[in-house]
Amino acid sequence: MENENIITQLSIFVSNEPGRLAAIAGILKEFKINVKGLNLAESSEFGILRAIVDEPDKAYDNIRSRGVIVKKTDVIGIKMKDAPGSLFDAADVLGKAGINIEYGYAYSGRNLDYLFVRVDDTEGAIGILKKAGIELVKRSEI
Amino acid sequence: MYWNADVECMPVEKMKELQYRSFKNLINNLYSTNKFYHDRMRSAGVLPDDIRSLDDVRKLPFMYKQDLRDNYPTKMFSVPNSEIVRFHASSGTSGKPTVVGYTENDLEYWTEALARSLTSIGVGKGDVLQVSYGYGLFTGGLGLHYGAEKVGAAVVPTGTGNTERQLELMQDLGVTVIACTPSYLIHMNDVAAKMGIDIKRDTCLKKAVLGAEPWTESMRTKIETTMGIRAYDIYGTSELAGPMFTECEERDGIHVGSDIMHVEILDPETEEVLENGEKGELVVTLLKKEAFPMVRFKIKDITSVVEDTCACGRTSPRISRITGRSDDMLIVRGINVFPSQIEYTLMKIPEIGNQYMIEVTREGALDHMKIMAELKPEMFRDKVTDMMRLKTRIEVELKKHLEIAAVVELKAPGELPRFEGKAKRVIDKRVM
Repeated sequence: MENENIITQLSIFVSNEPGRLAAIAGILKEFKINVKGLNLAESSEFGILRAIVDEPDKAYDNIRSRGVIVKKTDVIGIKMKDAPGSLFDAADVLGKAGINIEYGYAYSGRNLDYLFVRVDDTEGAIGILKKAGIELVKRSEI
Repeated sequence: MYWNADVECMPVEKMKELQYRSFKNLINNLYSTNKFYHDRMRSAGVLPDDIRSLDDVRKLPFMYKQDLRDNYPTKMFSVPNSEIVRFHASSGTSGKPTVVGYTENDLEYWTEALARSLTSIGVGKGDVLQVSYGYGLFTGGLGLHYGAEKVGAAVVPTGTGNTERQLELMQDLGVTVIACTPSYLIHMNDVAAKMGIDIKRDTCLKKAVLGAEPWTESMRTKIETTMGIRAYDIYGTSELAGPMFTECEERDGIHVGSDIMHVEILDPETEEVLENGEKGELVVTLLKKEAFPMVRFKIKDITSVVEDTCACGRTSPRISRITGRSDDMLIVRGINVFPSQIEYTLMKIPEIGNQYMIEVTREGALDHMKIMAELKPEMFRDKVTDMMRLKTRIEVELKKHLEIAAVVELKAPGELPRFEGKAKRVIDKRVM
C-alpha cells in the first residue's frame, strides 16, 4: 500500500523564452487542471514550474501529450499551524534526523497553510514528522 | 570508353550483391581486428551477425570527422604502421590535424577510381595532364598524378603557384588537360590574359578536372566559354583517400564506383534513408579501406544520389553537385569551429536529444558562442542545481573539444527549429 502522505508534484521544465510560461499555463487551463499549490524556481537560463494539482496522473498525461517536459516528483505536505514557530518545528525535526530539504514552498488554504517540501528521503521524513506529532497532508486532501 | 567495363556497367542487382559481400567482410574484419570500430559497434549494440542484407548496413553506427581528430595520429588504424606506405594530413582545426594512412591496396583502389574517372571523360594515352593541385600532404596533387599515369597520360606535376611558369609549360608541352581548383583556373586565365596569352587560341587545353572547393554551373559556363574547354567536376576528400570520382561525358552527376564506395543519403534531422534523388546528407563507406575504418562516415556534404543507368552506360550511382556542407566552418575568436565538433560532443551526452543550434554574436570586439540544445524529456530533473550541473558539464565538454568557451542553453523538445534538406544550425549574428 502506497503511503498516503506522499503527494505527487508535477515538475515542468520552462525554457528561457518569452511566452513559454504562458504557453504552459495555457495547457493547464485547456485541460482544466486545478492547481492547488505552485512554485516557480528559476535560474538565469531556465525555470522549473512545480505544481500540486488534483488528479496528477491525468494532468501528467495531458501535459506530456503536448510535448512539454514534465516529471512526477514525490513531495510531502506539512500542515502549518497559524502560529509562530511552526516552520521551525518541522525543519528542526528533519534537520536533527539528517534529512535534507531540497526545496519547499507554501500554500495558503482556506483553513490551514501547507508547506510542500521535497526531501532526500521521503518515506523517512514522513515517519519522523508523524512521530513528532506534525500533521501531514493526505493525498485525498488535495 | 570504360576503364573497367565489368564493374562500371555491372547490373545493379549484381553490384548490390557484391557490395553486401564487401560489407560483410569489412565489418567482420573490423569487429575482430579494429578496436575503435569494435567498441563503436559494441556501444551501438550491433554485432557482425546483425548484418544480413545490404539494408542492414543502416544498423551500423556512424563515424565522424571528430573520430579522426580524437584518434590522432594513428590510434584508429587497423594495420601496423609497417603496412602503411603513405600518409597524408589535413590542416588542423583548433590546432589538431587529421592524419590518413594508406596501405598498398588503399593506393591501388584510389588510383583505380581515378583511372576510371579520367577514362570516362576521355583522358588517356596521348594526353598531357597538368596537375596544378597542391602536392604534398594535400591529397589532390598525388591523387591525380597516379591516376593520370595509370591511364597512360603524361603528367606535368606543376603543383600550385608560379602561374606564369605554369602557363609557359602549358604552351610548350602541349598540355591538353588541367586538374586544379576552379578558382585557380580562373586566376590562371586572368594571368594569361595579362601575358597576352589566349588559352582558347594559344594552348592545346581541351579539358579541366575541377574540384576541392564548391563551384557552380554558372562558373562552369564561364570557364568553358572563355577558355574553349570542357570542365568536369571531381569529388573526394582526404578521408575517402582523396579526389576519386568525376562526372562522365554526360555531366549528369558524379559517378561513384560502387565496388569502392557505398553511399547513402540521409535526412539530416531524422537520419532516415532518403529516396533516390532526394537531397540530404551524404554518408559514405569505403568498402576496400584497409588502413583504418571508414564506415558510415558523416562527411557533412549535402547532395542527392541518382541510381538509374546513365546515358554513358555506367550503372554506378551518381551524386549531384555538392550544394553545401552541413558543416560550414565558423571562426570564433580566431579559432576554427566546426558544427560537427559540437554535434559530436552533444551526441555523447545522454541527456541531450538530436536538435541543437549554434548562435554566434559579437559584443564589442569579443565573439560569443551559445549552443542551444534540446533536453530529452526523460532526463529532466526537477532540481535547479541538477540542471545547472548538466549545463556546466556540457560546457566543460564543449570547451575540451572546441578549445573555446561556449554558453549552453537547455531547451524543451520541439522548441528548436526543424529543417527540410539542409539543416541550418548556425545563426551568425556578428556584423563583420
